[in-house]
Amino acid sequence: MSRYQAMFDRLEQQQQGALVPFVTLGDPDVATSLSIIRSLIAGGADALELGLPFSDPVADGPTIQKAAIRALAAGVSQADCFSIIATIRAEYPDLPIGLLVYANLVVSNGAEAFYQRCQQAGVDSVLIADVPVREGERFNALARANGIAPIYIAPPDASAERLGQVAAHSEGYVYLLSRAGVTGADTTLQAPAERVIRALKAANSAPPLLGFGISNPEHVQAAIAAGAAGAISGSAVVKIIEQQLHDLPAMYAALEQFVATLKAATNKP
Amino acid sequence: MSDNNPNRAYFGDFGGQFVPEILLPALDQLEQAFLDAQQDPEFQREFTDLLKHYLGRPTPLSLCQNLPLVSPNGTKIYFKREDLLHGGAHKTNQVLGQALLAKRMGKHRIIAETGAGQHGTATALACALLGLDCTIYMGAKDVERQQPNVFRMQLMGAKVVPVDSGSGTLKDAVNEAMRDWTASYATTHYLLGTAAGPHPFPTIVREFHRMIGAEAKAQIIERAGRLPDEVIACVGGGSNAIGMFAEFIDEPGVELVGVEPAGKGVETHHHGATLTAGKPGILHGCRSFIMQTDEGQIEESYSVSAGLDYPGVGPQHAHLKSIGRARYESVTDDEALAAFKLVAEKEGIIPALESAHAVAYALRRAAEPDAPEILLVNMSGRGDKDIDHVRKIFALQAAGEQS
Repeated sequence: MSRYQAMFDRLEQQQQGALVPFVTLGDPDVATSLSIIRSLIAGGADALELGLPFSDPVADGPTIQKAAIRALAAGVSQADCFSIIATIRAEYPDLPIGLLVYANLVVSNGAEAFYQRCQQAGVDSVLIADVPVREGERFNALARANGIAPIYIAPPDASAERLGQVAAHSEGYVYLLSRAGVTGADTTLQAPAERVIRALKAANSAPPLLGFGISNPEHVQAAIAAGAAGAISGSAVVKIIEQQLHDLPAMYAALEQFVATLKAATNKP
Repeated sequence: MSDNNPNRAYFGDFGGQFVPEILLPALDQLEQAFLDAQQDPEFQREFTDLLKHYLGRPTPLSLCQNLPLVSPNGTKIYFKREDLLHGGAHKTNQVLGQALLAKRMGKHRIIAETGAGQHGTATALACALLGLDCTIYMGAKDVERQQPNVFRMQLMGAKVVPVDSGSGTLKDAVNEAMRDWTASYATTHYLLGTAAGPHPFPTIVREFHRMIGAEAKAQIIERAGRLPDEVIACVGGGSNAIGMFAEFIDEPGVELVGVEPAGKGVETHHHGATLTAGKPGILHGCRSFIMQTDEGQIEESYSVSAGLDYPGVGPQHAHLKSIGRARYESVTDDEALAAFKLVAEKEGIIPALESAHAVAYALRRAAEPDAPEILLVNMSGRGDKDIDHVRKIFALQAAGEQS
């Protein structure tokens, strides 16, 4: 059974949704990044979504772009990022770990080598932000051959046909967009698309996790009430890192507290 | 719809639609609007009328009177005079085409990226003419360096948004425009400025620039009695080159030469010669050649010519290179500046620094022992925009020589 499936089964028994925080790997440097991730887990993260820093992140808003710039400025390499993942994997053998990347990082040294590296580090899933289902063919087989679940994004305004394709090609979970646009906590969360969730369920999709703009417990509650299997919170988490760069102990405490607060909102009504 | 036939999005193994899932309906809508418009005589009439009565097409073909100075074979150089087009460069052709498509789709807000401001200016003028709301994303550094162009865009009613994320240059302006579009696609058209980006942009931009080569082909047959030996154009993103090449691709006797900016030398880190020194990768929606690090991070390009300063290139150029149909040469800043000066002195034409790269290569080629008889060069734009920049460079060089 996959780690995602085990997690969703466990949460089902506990009548909870999943809380999945996102951070950029290597932000602001390797050592701090490791402590940040441990804080998220200590706060109650059910799974992790981790981003490889990329120079041109077109699907991300300013907060996550700045995180990537911090990591790259610190000289963080892909090898560093995979070693962070391997360390966390060794400490938390059952925790689902998803990787969020951009296509050029996957193909630059060959997609096959990339997925092998993911498997060796203990990654469960890979979502390529700029690869829609239509372009996914060259990646899906390589991912599966290396035991990595391919994840695709379900847009809020997608047709039933497109949602069917997203469902058919995603394993582990489906990344459900709360709204159009890029990542960011500044814009208001719109009503989660219950229509989309219904269409995904009808297509036997993997459980949908709602992301984009999740920045407080009400958002998490709303996501779960709408039928999502959980929520992904990225920019709001990364914002805490950005604001506390000069006081690391305070940052770790704030991250743990923030995740705990969001996690507490995952209880099903 | 192209789910069943993805190949239309590709040129060999280059191209595609590497964008967030959410943008696909907007790309599909654009493709359908374009295909319909190509079959619609009313659209074609409106476009052709604008090209003729507003832009000043057809542009002339000029045989150089004094250049090349050196050629063992008496090489003749013809310039296709896109520099005489309204707006000062070829760019207005396809901008008008896309602006008409936007109206056809009922989208009245236009966003575009710009580097030095040329595409932004072209977009602003088209929006002013056609009554469209216009927002231009421009790197913060470029906004500072190109104040006259910022003012020009604002004069024509565009809102210029400085982008200070990333390196604050063209690629960051593209990123920001794409971000805007992922939120606004329902009401907004992203008027991409070059023959790159996700399908259908490379095809649309080529087709809306195809008249460059079509006119030049007819003109040179009329003037020289035959096809040219080589067709030469500068390549940044590659729009003027693909517009020039398109009608010649199926003429096996005609060599196609794209000229990339070697900046301070392709062996340095300061150039923009993507096809010469980059490697295949995925950026801004398409698989093509990219300047990148070993780990796939995008590098910043450099060229004295802002219009060629882009770390990617259109996917059809990557394909033409890979199948050997076109070859891609490079020209340094210094060679381009020398050509800039020489064309002004000898032909009374001040070329855009971008176009000066193509001319520099033509002059180099004309001097080679096996120089062909007829070279056709796309004079893609005029150099008025570069006067101040080049004046400062020459002044610095003169000061350097004196000290």
